[in-house]
Amino acid sequence: MEDCLVKKMEITVSEAEKRTGRNAMNMQETYTAYLIETRAVESQGEGQCAPVDSLWRRYSEFELLRNYLTVTYPHVVVPPLPEKRADFVWHKLSADNMDPDFVERRRIGLENFLLRVAAHPVLCLDKMFYSFLTQEGGWKEMVNETGFQLKADSRLKALNATFRVKNPDKRFTELKHYSDELQSVISHLLRVRARVADRLYGVYKVHGNYGRVFSEWSAIEKEMGDGLQSAGHHMDVYAASIDDILEEEEHYADQLKEYLFYAEALRAVCRKHELMQYELEMAAQDLTSKKQQCEELATGTVRTFSLKGMTSKLFGQETPEQREAKIRILEEQIQEGEEQLKSKNLEGRDFVKSAWADIERFKEQKNHDLKEALISYAVMQISMCKK
Amino acid sequence: PLLAAAADVLALDDEEDDLEVFSKDTSLAEVNSLSPSMPISPSSMINQYKFEDEPELRDLFITVDDPESHITAIETFITYRVVTKTSRGEFDSSEYEVRRRYQDFLWLKSKLEEAHPTLIIPPLPEKFIMKGMVERFNDEFIETRRKALHKFLNRIADHPTLTFNEDFKIFLTAQAWELSSHKKQGPGLLSRMGQTVRAVASSVRGGVKNRPEMFTEMNNYMETFSQKIIVLDKIAHRIYKEEREYFNEMKEYGPIHTLWSASEEDIADSLKGVASCIEKCCRATEKRMAGLSEHLLPILHEYVLYSEILMGVLKRRDQIQSEFESKVDVLANKKDLFSEEIGKLEDKVECANNALKVDWDRWKQNMKCDMRSMFTNMAENNLCYYEECLATWESFLASQRVDPHVEEDSEDRP
Repeated sequence: MEDCLVKKMEITVSEAEKRTGRNAMNMQETYTAYLIETRAVESQGEGQCAPVDSLWRRYSEFELLRNYLTVTYPHVVVPPLPEKRADFVWHKLSADNMDPDFVERRRIGLENFLLRVAAHPVLCLDKMFYSFLTQEGGWKEMVNETGFQLKADSRLKALNATFRVKNPDKRFTELKHYSDELQSVISHLLRVRARVADRLYGVYKVHGNYGRVFSEWSAIEKEMGDGLQSAGHHMDVYAASIDDILEEEEHYADQLKEYLFYAEALRAVCRKHELMQYELEMAAQDLTSKKQQCEELATGTVRTFSLKGMTSKLFGQETPEQREAKIRILEEQIQEGEEQLKSKNLEGRDFVKSAWADIERFKEQKNHDLKEALISYAVMQISMCKK
Repeated sequence: PLLAAAADVLALDDEEDDLEVFSKDTSLAEVNSLSPSMPISPSSMINQYKFEDEPELRDLFITVDDPESHITAIETFITYRVVTKTSRGEFDSSEYEVRRRYQDFLWLKSKLEEAHPTLIIPPLPEKFIMKGMVERFNDEFIETRRKALHKFLNRIADHPTLTFNEDFKIFLTAQAWELSSHKKQGPGLLSRMGQTVRAVASSVRGGVKNRPEMFTEMNNYMETFSQKIIVLDKIAHRIYKEEREYFNEMKEYGPIHTLWSASEEDIADSLKGVASCIEKCCRATEKRMAGLSEHLLPILHEYVLYSEILMGVLKRRDQIQSEFESKVDVLANKKDLFSEEIGKLEDKVECANNALKVDWDRWKQNMKCDMRSMFTNMAENNLCYYEECLATWESFLASQRVDPHVEEDSEDRP
């Protein structure tokens, strides 16, 4: 953890700017660009600050980076990006991607993403990540040249197919269940929270109506006039206070959303493991059947029914030369298969080891973060009451 | 001398005898001319007959409770138990318990209006409620009505004039059959008809000509007040509704955290803690709503009704004056300005004006008191709510911070 990038480099996403440009289909579009600033953390002290490097990136480039990382490091629970579109919106919140509040929250989310990647023991060493932060031009091309897209596409197809694993690793199965539960519970929570926020907003705002009536009423009263005026004023203040309160709550919601998406990433790792396991089993099966075939050919016995067996019975035996050839081919294949299996097994074991390490890491982080989030929620509630 | 003595005596604290003196006058003199013939300063009256919160000064205690449903062949109706406790001499007993139905209250109100056209008779709860009512005998409706009827009778009891009204006494003390027979007596119907005829005649005449400044001011005030109080009533109901919706959503919010805690280990306790905090806040919200419905809504509603009543009283006063004015016109042509009739009407106008003036001041005082205590209660209600929520979350926070888990300085922190 000591040589994590985050220790060596200060990373911020400091600004957001609306841009217009031409997209791939040469049509005009508006998008938001985010300024990434990096500065080396020197241990020199004495007020000597390293110069700040900066470059602009847009959301789609962040997406590209994340896809690359997910494919290249399948055993890592890759930190998620802030949501693509505004979700769990309640009536006052805008679902517009260009809305300044949304852009601001996204800016914070993107910074968070970069910091999390930079703090990850494996991911922070990645060259593409480093150049994402430092290389202005040509980064997209460089990433595409790694050819990760092909891997991604084939992986995607495989992952989406349904398959059954014969001997699933129980830990991963449990983890998958957990990620499913987490996803479902957090999205439920966010939905209800949005509704609660909406209602609370209503309560406060209706109180605002008092303000005007009180001040109008105070006009006809002599003794009560002052009291009514000040009551009206307080009502206005009260009604206005909800805006800030709910804005702060949105940050809390964003923290929860991060873990909602993290759950997805976790699930993805589990699925990849499943896929690996499945491929392993398939390979093993294949190997076993080849070995059997070989044995049969060598000994001339047919243990299992096979079309070949039948045809050879019907149309006569093969010549010994033919048989030898076949056996040789099979033996080669078997050797290949065994090697493959070995490497797959190794791969599998490595995957499991590193995945598990990462998962443990993730769990700790999650626990810590969520606890902090809950605490800050409590703090928010408290400050709301104090108002 | 009698009047002077009575005035002096009334300026001191009340004792049974003083009140008896006062009430004896009532039974002797004609009801309409009572108030103006007693030069009692309004302020001393107000000091005497302060509002509900000074029970030592009262000698008449009324409660309305125990609604009961009665089913006959023709109809179904509700009766309420009216219990009266008194130390007044003119009551034969010191305790009474009778059963009255809404109709009886209506009767009482109309009798009081008849007897004192320019006094402010407290409002009765409405006959029906327009919106959202399916069944007439919904529990909430009955309870709201019961509370309003209780208020109605107590306001009458506190009123310096109305409290000694004979029909009021009968209402409180008579058995059911006694009441019905009493209701059938008296000018009742005819006088009501006369009232209506006069009202129509007055509007035909085109209303009052020389309305004293004071009453025009009152009118203007009431118009604005009426508007504002109606809006306040609406806002208050809306707030109640919004709080109810908020409460409903909150009820779902807490349990999700508990559900989540089932899948977690390390943060399970924190999650459960949050769930319980939310639950406690839910309960506090319920209390807040109850406070609203007890302290705010009924009072605002009562004053909405009051504003209607006051507009009516002002109209009636105008009527009395316009009757007088038209008589003056008629007789002026006949050059007979000093007829006895005019004298009587003039007196009537003066009485009506004075009665209204005194009662108006009293009503304003009470209104101020009521509003002040209403707002204070609401403020306390809200403070209580926020204090409770604050305490809940603070104790949660304290429990979390003590936890050793939080103390790790994780390098994973972004």
